[in-house]
Amino acid sequence: MKVVNNKTHSIDGLGIMKGRKAFTDDFSENDSLIIKVLRSPHAYAKIKTIKDEKALALEGIEMVLTHKDFKRISFTRAGQGYPEPSPHDKFVLDEYVRYVGDEVLAVVGKSEDICNKALGLIEVEYEVLDPVLDFEKAIDNKVVIHPEKEAKEMFPIGFEPLRNIAASYKMEVGDVEKSLKECDYVIRETFYTQAQAHVMLEPHTVNARMDYQNRILIYSSTQTPFHIRRIISQGLEIPLSKIRVIKPRVGGGFGGKQAIHGEMLVAYVTNKTGKPSKLTYTRKEVFESSYTRHPMRLEIALGALKSGKLKAIDCKVLSDTGAYGEHALTVFMVTGSKVLPLYNKVDSVRFGGDVVYTNHTPAGAFRGYGAIQGNFALESAVDILCKEMKIDPIKFRQMNMMKEKETSPIFEIMGEGTTGTAMIMETCKLEECVEKGLELIDWKNKYPKKIMDNKIRSVGMALAMQGSGIPYIDMGAATIKLNDDGFYNLMVGATEIGQGSDTVLTQIAAEELMTSVDKVVIYSSDTDLTPFDVGAYASSTTYVSGNAVFKAAKKLKNSMIEEAARIFETKIEDIDFDGCKFKCISKNEELSLVDFSNQITYSHEQKQLQETASYVGHKSPPPFMAGFVEIEIDKDTYEIEILNYVSVVDCGTTINPMLAKGQVDGAIVQGLGMAMFEDVIYSAKGKLISSDMLNYKIPTRLDIKNLTTVFVDSYEESGPFGAKSVGEIGIDTPPAALANAVYNALGVRIKDLPITPEKIYEELRKKS
Amino acid sequence: MKINLNINGEKKTFLIENNEYLLDVLRRNNYKSVRRGCDNTSCGVCTVLFDGKPVPSCSLLAVRCKDHEITTVEGIEKEAEKLAKHFGDLGADQCGYCNPSMALTVYALKQENKNASLEEIKEYLVGNLCRCTGYISQHEAIKRYLGDES
Amino acid sequence: MKMEINNYFAPKKVEEAYELFIDNEANRFIAGGAWMKLSTKKVNDLISLDRLRLDYIKEENAFFEIGAMTSLRAIETNQQIKSYYSGILNQAVSKIMGVSVRNLATIGGSVMGKFAFSDLLGVLLVLDARLHFYKLGEISIQEFLAMKRPPRDLLVKIRIPKVSGKGYFKKVSKTHLDFSVINLAIFKGENIKIAVGSRPLAAEIASKASNFLSSQSSITDEIIENACDLVIEELKLSSNLRGSKEYRELLVRTYLKRGLGQVMNDEN
Repeated sequence: MKVVNNKTHSIDGLGIMKGRKAFTDDFSENDSLIIKVLRSPHAYAKIKTIKDEKALALEGIEMVLTHKDFKRISFTRAGQGYPEPSPHDKFVLDEYVRYVGDEVLAVVGKSEDICNKALGLIEVEYEVLDPVLDFEKAIDNKVVIHPEKEAKEMFPIGFEPLRNIAASYKMEVGDVEKSLKECDYVIRETFYTQAQAHVMLEPHTVNARMDYQNRILIYSSTQTPFHIRRIISQGLEIPLSKIRVIKPRVGGGFGGKQAIHGEMLVAYVTNKTGKPSKLTYTRKEVFESSYTRHPMRLEIALGALKSGKLKAIDCKVLSDTGAYGEHALTVFMVTGSKVLPLYNKVDSVRFGGDVVYTNHTPAGAFRGYGAIQGNFALESAVDILCKEMKIDPIKFRQMNMMKEKETSPIFEIMGEGTTGTAMIMETCKLEECVEKGLELIDWKNKYPKKIMDNKIRSVGMALAMQGSGIPYIDMGAATIKLNDDGFYNLMVGATEIGQGSDTVLTQIAAEELMTSVDKVVIYSSDTDLTPFDVGAYASSTTYVSGNAVFKAAKKLKNSMIEEAARIFETKIEDIDFDGCKFKCISKNEELSLVDFSNQITYSHEQKQLQETASYVGHKSPPPFMAGFVEIEIDKDTYEIEILNYVSVVDCGTTINPMLAKGQVDGAIVQGLGMAMFEDVIYSAKGKLISSDMLNYKIPTRLDIKNLTTVFVDSYEESGPFGAKSVGEIGIDTPPAALANAVYNALGVRIKDLPITPEKIYEELRKKS
Repeated sequence: MKINLNINGEKKTFLIENNEYLLDVLRRNNYKSVRRGCDNTSCGVCTVLFDGKPVPSCSLLAVRCKDHEITTVEGIEKEAEKLAKHFGDLGADQCGYCNPSMALTVYALKQENKNASLEEIKEYLVGNLCRCTGYISQHEAIKRYLGDES
Repeated sequence: MKMEINNYFAPKKVEEAYELFIDNEANRFIAGGAWMKLSTKKVNDLISLDRLRLDYIKEENAFFEIGAMTSLRAIETNQQIKSYYSGILNQAVSKIMGVSVRNLATIGGSVMGKFAFSDLLGVLLVLDARLHFYKLGEISIQEFLAMKRPPRDLLVKIRIPKVSGKGYFKKVSKTHLDFSVINLAIFKGENIKIAVGSRPLAAEIASKASNFLSSQSSITDEIIENACDLVIEELKLSSNLRGSKEYRELLVRTYLKRGLGQVMNDEN
């Protein structure tokens, strides 16, 4: 491979570093109307009256939008394939507000100052209702958050809104109760994870204008431009053909932009007024009014035999989806489907539970997507079990973990919202990942701990898996055309959000076309000009979109060879193409690609050579990894320092090894943030207190001493040039690895995130 | 009020309100490379140079900038290209939203202490958050940039 | 986020700045202004201090004199100051936010802000800093912090006595960019002074413990324990989002012990 698995520079780094216009707000029209949203001060309330006369009278205010301005159409904001596995429980604006930060109304005006002034002049009378703020008390609570008749599920997902249940699911392989009774050792533990915030550096922003065909042209910082287009069309009853969504550069998504945010209001305003408009979230709105990770309670039971065989796993989950049900079922299912198969040789495994509504900021997609929560619980539980059994946690894992060519019945049973797809692990290098990781962190000399002066050093580890797209659901497509002068345009729907997809997809095309990346110009994520792609989520871009690019490139290559054969008046088999020239073997004649392309563009039998290909996965080959952390804990204050985090990853071929490493590094640090620092705090009345970056802390440069990320050799036949995915796998292991390291250091087991020195202190106080 | 600002060595006259911050005045006048992240000095994304020193433009009143030199990344083009090369070599660029502000901050570091150690680099840049890269590759790239005398 | 400002002035003379200021209760000074918009909505006259040439550091025989408009970054990087007090003033300042904020924020603004989580106030307390106001004249930082309401005056400069001795400063925080859970400053010159801040209340001298330690001829482990008890007893520690009362106590005891051990150590 010449271009793939090669340290190629990103194709866009230079331009962005130099400050070129690239991100959504950079393209907003100077005379955009500004849209500002009045947000609910109450966790649950009914809007009784709105007095907006003073605001409307303000010079520069164009309109005030309330729920009365919109037809009552329910939709889901989740950016997912249609019909979505999320309940349709949201209206553009509603009479009810369901969390502190929910949209009450919107003002539209000439400037931000005028809009803010107008907001101050509007009087809203609320009937304040009792909120549901404890997700453990949500089911069958007398307070019902979605009593409205328009709320519906698109297909059965266990939607029982009158019980505050957004979704539910259960599955069982074998008989878990029976298996547990036959075990020599059984442990039962409960874990809690928090509503982590994405904190992408670019706040959500969207702008629109009417183009000269009188269509709505939207620029949005989104991960799912095609889904956005569809949801706007359905929500506002505007024909799909009248809407165009373009995604420019996105300043970070991580799942937080895998949904519709301000696009609905912006589309409505621009369509109605004919004027450009824009809506940019303040950082407070990003915290309060976009999404968080689903906080969960996970109850795990593990049963094992004296021999060391893990016999049964029982996992019961309660997930808090907040005020609206975006991604409720699917995140919940991934908590099981992309975690439990790690120990595939159990006799029985059970997974189930409910996703409940509460009057909290809605939860939604976030890198890991349930797998990080499930991983924290399972991999912590495994270490607890090993301690009980007095068995080495590494040996135990090596005995019971997934190996290459094996499978798990869970793959067939659990998909993402529906049934799954059976698959054999054609590539699973977990064994090698563990071996290599042990070596790199020097586990045998550091486990369990080393006592120094004021500090204790220890190590902990966890395994993880994820997926590569959603089989039979995620589709990506690519179009490649040949230009004169012998270069290509590659059009993909696939969504570059900083993970490097533009670069990686260019490399795949260049490799197959046997050319260099500078000869392939990529353009992505424009619902008019690029073919369909579900968007950047479910770790699908390299595997699904990449396969589409590979197929398209192959198709184009064949078309070019066919055309060359026609030019040489010979058979296809007689043509040899090396990326730069066509050779007619029998006649010993050559035609350069450049001349070929110029000829077919201008001179003779002119035609445009262009091919499109689509790809839908028939399986979702998981990437695997082993994560190892070395920490130093202060003996007296329990302050934790991360000395090193070793990640050994099997993601198949790394199309771009440097960018793949960046994905893992970045995800590890986000995982460590969730494990150690990122604390979400609500007031007693349900208001989010940790709603700015002075109070919600993500890891800084000084907080993690070192990361060591390596990839093992692996080649997944079904992936483009052997690649699987790498976007999410990195985030899953840090919480469990850290919890295990803390236990190894101090004998204290922290079961709710984040793991803080104060919690350790409290645990130790309780013990003594 | 009208104000004369010196931006990237050019004298420019802008119409501003006395309560406007430099970030908005710059963006309004087409300096789109300066961007907003957190609006309260906790992220570093809006960093510009004020007389050569990095400052948070989201919290610096524009009217304060009269008679001072403001530098955005457009004003250090060659340096930004250098840094981009090192970032590219190490795959240290992901979404890029923080990159122009990093280029300016790193350029300022180079003027103050071009022999900065890895630890000193981390300390100097601790106020420039990045949520994408996990930092490690950026630090290596910056070390190379500081030593790059080309 | 923006403030509403009626008028903006940037006077060149201190007297002028003061006269403009006291003219109206709703008039405010702006030093660096880095966080002003976070707590201020409306201002009548906003009087900028950036043209008063109060950004300087002077080393005199008996003290360092720092103009109120001196940026935190300038103090952090000042080598003369660093050679005194075991560098704890530079150290404390270096832990405040990032370099860009420290280029904008000033010592005057930080002192007048009286932030409870301030890492600077504790160090200024143990170093016996003197504040010089335009009208009020010279007062100790301790007197200033004890005032219920800050004086409506212009802080012109701060003087820190040049004393030889050993210092210790510790900031405990979640991440390196977070506010303190607790901060601790110790200075052993002729006497020993201890200050604890971010309790969550702002820094205060632990005078009982300071006096107790200053009167001892030698420091044993038991004496240090007693001193810790005195600090906890005298300075109110309580719980907030960043830490519980009990955990703060643990931190104070631990770092007081370590800090005293460090400053009492005769070898450098």
